[in-house]
Amino acid sequence: MIEFRSVTKRFPGGTVAVDDFNLVLPSRKTTVLVGSSGSGKTTLLRMINRMVDLTSGTIEIDGEDTSALEPVALRRRIGYVMQNSGLLPHFTVIENVATVPVLNGVPRKRAFSDALALLDTVGLERSLADRYPSQLSGGQQQRVGVARGLAADPNILLMDEPFGAVDPIVRDELQQELIRLQRELDKTVVFVTHDIDEAFLIGDQVVILEQGGRIAQVGSPSEIMADPASDFVSSFIGADRGKRALSIRHTERGAVLVDGFGRAAGVLVEGVAVASVAVESEESTSS
Amino acid sequence: MNLIVDAIAWILDPAHYGGPNGIGVRLIEHLWISVVSLVIAGAIAIPAGFLIGHTGTGRAAAVLVSGGVRALPTLGLISILGLSIGIGVQAPIIAFVVLAIPSMLAGAYAGFEAIDRRIVDSARSVGMTEWQIVGRVELPLGLPLLIGGIRSATLQVIATATLAAYISGGGLGSFIFLGLRTNDYTQMLAGSILVIALAIAFEGAFSALQRLVVPAGVRAGQRTKVRSGSPRSAAEAE
Ligand SMILES: Nc1ncnc2c1ncn2[C@@H]1O[C@H](COP(=O)(O)OP(=O)(O)O)[C@@H](O)[C@H]1O
Ligand SMILES: [Mg+2]
Repeated sequence: MIEFRSVTKRFPGGTVAVDDFNLVLPSRKTTVLVGSSGSGKTTLLRMINRMVDLTSGTIEIDGEDTSALEPVALRRRIGYVMQNSGLLPHFTVIENVATVPVLNGVPRKRAFSDALALLDTVGLERSLADRYPSQLSGGQQQRVGVARGLAADPNILLMDEPFGAVDPIVRDELQQELIRLQRELDKTVVFVTHDIDEAFLIGDQVVILEQGGRIAQVGSPSEIMADPASDFVSSFIGADRGKRALSIRHTERGAVLVDGFGRAAGVLVEGVAVASVAVESEESTSS
Repeated sequence: MNLIVDAIAWILDPAHYGGPNGIGVRLIEHLWISVVSLVIAGAIAIPAGFLIGHTGTGRAAAVLVSGGVRALPTLGLISILGLSIGIGVQAPIIAFVVLAIPSMLAGAYAGFEAIDRRIVDSARSVGMTEWQIVGRVELPLGLPLLIGGIRSATLQVIATATLAAYISGGGLGSFIFLGLRTNDYTQMLAGSILVIALAIAFEGAFSALQRLVVPAGVRAGQRTKVRSGSPRSAAEAE
C-alpha cells in the first residue's frame, strides 16, 4: 500500500505542482493517475521513488515513511517505466534488463539468464537479447522498458505514460499485455496517462486530476462512469459529449448500443460472467 | 623546392640521429614535454569538466576562464615564467598545461552535456548512484567528445612544444632555434617538418581512437539511421 498524506510539491521556480494531496493506493491493484498535461501526474509518480523530493507531507509505503529510506535503495526496489523507454543506448537489450539486479550484486550470469526469461514474460523474442535499443521498434523498446522495470521483482511498478509514444495498434497490444501481466504478477502498479480510455481500461482505481494535482474524483472505472462527481469529470471522461452515454437501439437484426452521437458503439451480450472478465467488459462498454 | 629536398635529406642523414643534439634525443624530449604537459592538464581539466557536465553548474565560469586563458600568448607566458623560475623545462611545461586546459575542459563538459538528460534521469531512477551514473553512463557516452578535446589539446601542445627550445627546454624546436641563430635554413625547415610529421601521426592515431570509442549501441543507431536513407550515404559513412 502506498499512502500520500498532505503531500505538497513546490518547485524552485514557484510552481505548485501538487497541493495538499491525499490518496491511498491499494496493494496489488493498478491505480491510474489521469489528467491533462501539467496536472502534476509525473511529479506525483516521481515523489514515490524520491526522484522528486516533497516540499511537505509524507508518503508511506506499507507504513514506512519514504523520507527515512535511502533514495538509491528505494529506487532499486521500485520498478520504473517511462515514456521514451529510458533504455541506456550503449547497453544491449539483455544488459538493460539486467541493470538493476547487476547493481544489486546478482552475479552477471544469473542476472542475464533471469533477464532472458523476462523477455519471454513481456513477449519479446530471445534473439533480440544482443541488440541495442536503437535497433528495436518503439513498441519493442517499451517492452524492454517493462522487462527492466520488472527485473528486480519489485512489489511496486511505476509507469509514466509508457505507451504514449507508440502507434495506436501497438498501444492496444501493449495495453492488453499489461493487463495480462498484471493478472499474473500481482504488482502494485501506479500508471500515469492523459488518455481516459487507457485509464478506464487498465485501472482498478482511477484518479482524475485537475491542475495542481487536485483530485476531481477517485473510484473504479464503473463508479466514475456511472456517477461523475462534477462537470469537470463529465467533460473529461466524455460523458457530456455523448461518447459514453450509450443507449439501446433496436434494429431488424437485433439490439445495438449507440452513443450520444448516434454512432454504433457495440452490442449488449447477456449472461456473461462479469466478475471473471471485469476488465474486458469495462473495455467494451467504454469504447 | 630545393630547400625542402635539402631538409628531407637532412632528416634522412644518419649522422643527425645520435648524440645529445640528435633527432632521437630531441624527439624523445619533445614527446616527453608534450605528454607531461597533457597529463597534468588532463588531471586538472577532465575531473573539473566532468563535475561541470554532471552537475550542470559552473559552466559560465569555465567558459570565462577558458576564454581568458586562451587569450594568453604562450611565448609571452614562457618568457615570464622563465624569468621567474629560470630556464629549462619547467616554465614551458607550465605554459603548455595552460594551453591544453581549455580544449580538454571543453571536451569533457561538452561530452557530458551532449548526453540526453532523459538517459541520465532514467539511470538515476532505476537506482544508480551518482558515481555509477558517471562511470557507466556519462563517461562511455561522453568519451568521443572528451577524446576530441584531448585530440585538439594534443595537437596544440605538440605544435607549440617547439617553443620549449626558446629557453633551453629541448625538443624538436632546438633545430629551429639553432638554425635561426646560424642562418641554417635547411636545419630550420627539417625541424619544422619533424614537428609537422609528429603532429600528423598523433592526429591520425586520435581520429582512429575517437571512432573506436563510440559505444557500439550508439554506432549501431547511427548506422541504421544512415542506412534508412540511401545506400550511397551508408557507403560514405563507412
Ligand atoms: N523540475 C521542475 N521544475 C519546475 N517546474 C516543474 C518541474 N517539473 C514539473 N514542473 C511543473 O509542475 C507542473 C506539473 O508537472 P508534471 O508533474 O510534469 O505534470 P504532468 O506529468 O501531469 O504533465 C507543471 O506546471 C510543470 O511545469
Ligand atoms: Mg508527465
